[in-house]
Amino acid sequence: MVLSTTQSILIIAVCALCTFAERALPFLLFRGKEVPEIVRYLGRVLPMAIMATLVMYCLKGITFSSAAGFAPPLIASALTALLHIWKRNTMLSIFGGTVCYMLLVQVVF
Amino acid sequence: MVKTLRYAVKHSFPIFISFIPVGLAYGVLMQNVGYNFLWTGACSLFVMAGSLQYLMVSFFAGGVSLATVAIMALLLNSRHIFYGLSFIEKFRSFGFWKYFLIYSLTDENYSLHCSHDFDDDIDEKWAYVLTALMPILYWVVLSILGALIGTLIPFDTTGIDFALTALFIVILIEQMSSADNRLPALLAFISSIVCLIFFGPSNFILPSLVITVALLTILRSRIEPQNTKKEEN
Repeated sequence: MVLSTTQSILIIAVCALCTFAERALPFLLFRGKEVPEIVRYLGRVLPMAIMATLVMYCLKGITFSSAAGFAPPLIASALTALLHIWKRNTMLSIFGGTVCYMLLVQVVF
Repeated sequence: MVKTLRYAVKHSFPIFISFIPVGLAYGVLMQNVGYNFLWTGACSLFVMAGSLQYLMVSFFAGGVSLATVAIMALLLNSRHIFYGLSFIEKFRSFGFWKYFLIYSLTDENYSLHCSHDFDDDIDEKWAYVLTALMPILYWVVLSILGALIGTLIPFDTTGIDFALTALFIVILIEQMSSADNRLPALLAFISSIVCLIFFGPSNFILPSLVITVALLTILRSRIEPQNTKKEEN
């Protein structure tokens, strides 16, 4: 450990507080108030938009300079989506997609 | 309660799979910079934010002011500001447990709360609370295990973290198939890709979400024609 115990605890406390503050912000903004209809509307449509953004967030490391940089995540993502549209079984889709990805990165590419 | 617990474990199971490599590796990493399993457990419990905890390992190497730590933490997790918007009234109705649900509102728990599907005889509040509790348990236990025995793992787990990507894809498909209008997903995809090109992989998510919220607000009458009309009358 380079830092002292106090310094280390302070770093953890600052990170914990900042993270909690961000998660609590929407609740603080509308505390004790009626939630405006436009915010209710955003609350209804945002989950789908955020899930789409999170999928992109997971795939952000894709590079197109070699096949190994884009083939495994794109093939495994397509397989996950197809499996799910076909069978509608969450565990099967996640298991199938993950095993496919592991095989692709460990064995094929 | 047993039934609720069983639901919470089943609903959160994909998170467990995706946490195996990330949690174990985090413990090993902390051990390498001289922080034992107690420090690892404390970070996982109090901060409960995967990418930030990885960044914190570099803070522990020293030379970073607390102000910088705060700014980096706020920037890295800024997307979390948007998560509560969908649960303001729901969490409010859960009384004291609201604080626990806010503290545990990670990417993973947000996605689980967006895809709840429990039977009528399960109490809603406990379904939310127990579901949110499971990933914290997985995260704390796996990171501590990583610190203690992480270097002894005999099999190659490379790529197992794809389970989280797969979970997000599955939830997105579920939401798209039950929604009246799929425009929000399309807008978010376009905005993400444009922002990825302009801001790069480490900075794209906040501008992308801000643009998506702006587009959703502008296009409200196209996305929810019935509700908009009702309000005008």
